[in-house]
Amino acid sequence: MTTTRDAAPAVVELSQVSRWYGNVVAVNDVTMRIGPGVTGLLGPNGAGKSTLLHMMAGFLAPSTGAATLNGERIWRNHQIFRLVGLVPEKEGVYGFLTGWQFVLSSARLHRLPDPEAAARRALATVEMEGAKDRRVETYSKGMRQRVKVAAALVHDPRVLLLDEPFNGMDPRQRLHLMDLIRRMGEEGRTILFSSHILEEVERVAEHIEVLVAGRHAASGDFREIRRRMTDRPHLFRVRSSDDRRLAAALIADASSASVSLTGDGLEVQAVDFRRFTRLLPRLARDAGVRLWQVSPADEDLESVFSYLISRSV
Amino acid sequence: MNTVVAGITYRAVLGRRRVLLLVLLPLSLIGLAVLLRLIGDVGEQSTVTLMRSFAIGTMLPLLGLVAGTGVIAPEIDDGTILHLLSKPIARPVIAYTKFAVAASLLALFGAVPTFLAAYLLVGGESGLAYGFALGALCGGVVYAALFLLVGVLTRHAVTIGVSYALVWEGLVGSLVPGARSLSIQQWAQSVADAISTSPFFKADVSLGFAVPAMIVVAVGAVVWAGQRLRSLSLTGDE
Repeated sequence: MTTTRDAAPAVVELSQVSRWYGNVVAVNDVTMRIGPGVTGLLGPNGAGKSTLLHMMAGFLAPSTGAATLNGERIWRNHQIFRLVGLVPEKEGVYGFLTGWQFVLSSARLHRLPDPEAAARRALATVEMEGAKDRRVETYSKGMRQRVKVAAALVHDPRVLLLDEPFNGMDPRQRLHLMDLIRRMGEEGRTILFSSHILEEVERVAEHIEVLVAGRHAASGDFREIRRRMTDRPHLFRVRSSDDRRLAAALIADASSASVSLTGDGLEVQAVDFRRFTRLLPRLARDAGVRLWQVSPADEDLESVFSYLISRSV
Repeated sequence: MNTVVAGITYRAVLGRRRVLLLVLLPLSLIGLAVLLRLIGDVGEQSTVTLMRSFAIGTMLPLLGLVAGTGVIAPEIDDGTILHLLSKPIARPVIAYTKFAVAASLLALFGAVPTFLAAYLLVGGESGLAYGFALGALCGGVVYAALFLLVGVLTRHAVTIGVSYALVWEGLVGSLVPGARSLSIQQWAQSVADAISTSPFFKADVSLGFAVPAMIVVAVGAVVWAGQRLRSLSLTGDE
């Protein structure tokens, strides 16, 4: 395997990968190619993100399909870790070691020529030099996360896989890790991180892969995904001083696909989100109707993802 | 053998509460020997009984369980094993190293106290102390390998280990003579009997069967554990 630590770009590929546990399908026929730069793996909890990451890191065999790194099989191939750094979601840190001992052990396990220098560099990268002599069990969750990142970076990997890396971090630590990830992506490393928070992914990733219920729902530039999320039909609940009159005014405009009168007011299916949100107050004012309540009925991430997956089939 | 893996493993096992079990059991054996010595002269027969029933029959399997599963099962449970597995080290090397650590703990906490206790009671008489020490060493190595494998194969390692030691070796072994052939503690006694010349000690299983059986089980278990570790899957929380 060509796993020398050269500067050649690294590519992780999944080809028609599925993974199931008994009768439960965790990942269903996913094909994706993760190249240099930062890619965000976005999806709600339970979407199969960790399963996918574990397959990319060689900790889970695909039930069908193939996971490869630079064309080499990943499963049962420990040599991939010359190129790959992994930051798992689980704590996975020996609490009895100090931060320094933990990162140094990582450098030694990689058989680096100067493990002390590599460990010092990695700890400096995550700004953990000050706390390096404390036992890991005394660290906050964010500090543990950072020391895990340091251990994963110690051998200067071409590929970095991070499972929900921002969990438990305070805002300052989060921004710092985001900066670090962006910088490493700009250096040409292949970085994939999973998250269920759109804003996190949006701030760091140039490219987004969306996973919903184990299926690959969308893929592309984050602006494109964002546009598709914004442009989807939105369902609003509206209560006003005169629902019937407002309904009549709304039906006349093309921004609303359907308007139905319910016991609680109106349910409006808007096809053009921006136009509808600008138009509604004006229409109400012109019709002399007072708006009591305007609330999106399907704004949760789950329904956004459901829309994306319905578009992808 | 990987020294970094060994170092972390020693610290993990000796730093946990289970180290108390590793220390208390041999201390009890030595304490019992001291007590018997203080009470009066202890003959070979009583020494053989104490060594067979407590040192080899009780302490050794329990120590094997604590050390054999302790070097790997907790790390698999809490996910810390990922730190070792996500490195360019052949997984079997990790298994062999963990086995070496467990076997060394069995030698230190099993074989050495067995020798000390037997020597306190009868000195060098009939080679009992040397025989039981070597028996404990050989048995300990096999227990370490077997329980390491159980720790890799299942998350119920302790339950299975206790069932094997208490039910199979203890209960079934005492009622069904044939079952003794498949008992690590009986194999350990065969080794002890081969060294000892005491007329009060006769092992139930021949050395000709015990030695190959110990080699097959120890080597087979460690190799299997290494292969199983290559295919260790992490399912995450999803």
